[in-house]
Amino acid sequence: MNFTKESGKPRYFVIELIKMIEIKDLHKSYVMGENSLHVLKGIDFTVKEGELVAIMGSSGSGKSTLLNILGMLDEADKGSYYLDGKPIKNLSEKIAARYRNKFLGFVFQSFNLITYKSALENVAMPLYYQGMKRNERNKKAMRYLEKVGLADWATHLPNELSGGQNQRVAIARALASEPKVLLADEPTGALDSTTSYEVMRIIQSINDEGKTILIVTHEDDIAHMCKRIVNLRDGVIIKDSKINQVRTKSATHV
Amino acid sequence: MFNIERWQEIFDTIRKNKLRTFLTGLSVASGIFILVVLLGFGQGMTNGVAKEFEQDATNRIAVWTGVTTVEYKGLNPGRFIELKNEDYDLLIKKYEDDIEFKSSVFRIWNGIATYKNESGNYRVEGVYPDYQFIENASLSAGRFLNYDDHNGNEKVIVIGHKVYRDLFGKKEAIGEQVQISGINFKVVGVFTDPGGEREESKVFLPLSTSQRVFAGGNTIRNLGFTLKPQRTFQQAVRQSIIFTNEIQSFLQERHIVAPEDESAIDTWNSLEEAKRYYDLMDMIKLFFWVVGICTIVAGVVGVSNIMLIIVKERTKEIGIRKAIGAQPWSIIGMILHESIFVTAIAGFLGLIFSMALLEVVGPNVEIDYIVNPSVNFNVALTTVIVLIVAGALAGFFPAWRAARIKPIDALRDE
Repeated sequence: MNFTKESGKPRYFVIELIKMIEIKDLHKSYVMGENSLHVLKGIDFTVKEGELVAIMGSSGSGKSTLLNILGMLDEADKGSYYLDGKPIKNLSEKIAARYRNKFLGFVFQSFNLITYKSALENVAMPLYYQGMKRNERNKKAMRYLEKVGLADWATHLPNELSGGQNQRVAIARALASEPKVLLADEPTGALDSTTSYEVMRIIQSINDEGKTILIVTHEDDIAHMCKRIVNLRDGVIIKDSKINQVRTKSATHV
Repeated sequence: MFNIERWQEIFDTIRKNKLRTFLTGLSVASGIFILVVLLGFGQGMTNGVAKEFEQDATNRIAVWTGVTTVEYKGLNPGRFIELKNEDYDLLIKKYEDDIEFKSSVFRIWNGIATYKNESGNYRVEGVYPDYQFIENASLSAGRFLNYDDHNGNEKVIVIGHKVYRDLFGKKEAIGEQVQISGINFKVVGVFTDPGGEREESKVFLPLSTSQRVFAGGNTIRNLGFTLKPQRTFQQAVRQSIIFTNEIQSFLQERHIVAPEDESAIDTWNSLEEAKRYYDLMDMIKLFFWVVGICTIVAGVVGVSNIMLIIVKERTKEIGIRKAIGAQPWSIIGMILHESIFVTAIAGFLGLIFSMALLEVVGPNVEIDYIVNPSVNFNVALTTVIVLIVAGALAGFFPAWRAARIKPIDALRDE
């Protein structure tokens, strides 16, 4: 409850978390030769600020497609999608690029770092596309590398780093542009369980700072380190439930 | 273009993809290099042929005689046809309006020239004063023969520069007495000839003196003419061909020689030969151009191929860049910027290197018919620009297509 002196009347503020992602009746099919593959068959789904959501499902359930649509990497055939209240529909390439840069951070299974650029340069890449000056963006990129514990590896190329380290560079890159939502597509898919947990620990700590995160995974233990699990099967959500988060135990830095 | 951040990004990419950059650059640089060198040698050949024709007046027409080979009007083959002073006098009267310079020539065989202890065997000819211009000779000392020498049967000679060097070394020659086949002649002049040593190892004396001293009577060995200038090269060629044919038939008629008997009365028309050479040169030049343009086309195709491969190779990178917020135009710009930069640097390197080669090697080339190969800088520059533009165009389409691929498809690309 709060009062403003000018009006003298009481004003109520309802504390409601902002809906970061809001999708309704989302459809997507792929045409492959003569066959049409209906991948998403009407998805309704909302993510609020600060959530850590795992999207689960067997392969072919449409989970990656959903994430790609959420990430504006792909377009839905039908349905509505609001990102931070903005409609994402029929965006020009230019606007889509700007939104991706401003609102979204991506983490991929195969890291997708630029192979001929050092860890620092990779992290600084989104900032280059924001038009930030070189010194400034390198400073900022360094802060994020420190955050994922890789400050000492800043000048190394991706092929000089382990898989876990590469994924941490990718996370730093995704965070560098200070996005509203972090989208991770099987972020631990290419890692062994120890490094997977390390990556998840970083993801949890980022989430603890309030970042909204969506993770696509088919690993049960990874999913249970999130706060909410959405289960997909054959293009529809069959289960959507909040869970008790499993915290990663080890806090060992590598 | 003047975005410093973009430049840094380009330099980073180039620095970290040295082989790719090197290969692109090499195909461009070698294309330019080959073209410039080819054009340079085409020019060199043109220069060389032009020099060959400098040794005599370019419109020189010569007539000489030999032995008949064809039976004609009851006369047996094997007769030696000898020109007389009257032939010359009749001809110059008849063609007074057409002829510019004229001379008959009496050749002294075994012309051994001796000065003190030095002697040598030279081509010794009795000529008219006009012969200087027919030979395209210029005096380095003294004077050429004149009509007074001719009328007075003076025993004077003009010697070529080679003869001068052989006999006199560096001493003064004018006024000295030189013996030709045992008879004393006074040197009145030394001449040089653009034709070089062969043309400068001649000795000229007045025609009248030569006929009298060397028992020539009124016979002459050959005739030399040049015609008055015409307005165009084509007209000059046509006129000289007509003139040559006319004097040939005139002399054939006077000496009862079959019209087809080339060995009895033969002619040489430098202008006609020159035209033939110039036509050939045009063909060679055209050939060099065609080869050069093919080289450039090959270069353009090479650059296009490399651009296609580069874009293909970078598809995933493009996907990554798009996923983290690159605008389509910034992708196209990045690829084009790099390709134009590399093509331009490589093109200018090829240009500079080939021009330097022509500059250094060119003046030292001593092959007949190739003199000072060089190339027009503007032509070379234009080809570099053409290649850069072509490289940019070749890069644009794949870049444009790549920038339009959905990031997700690009990311899937392996």
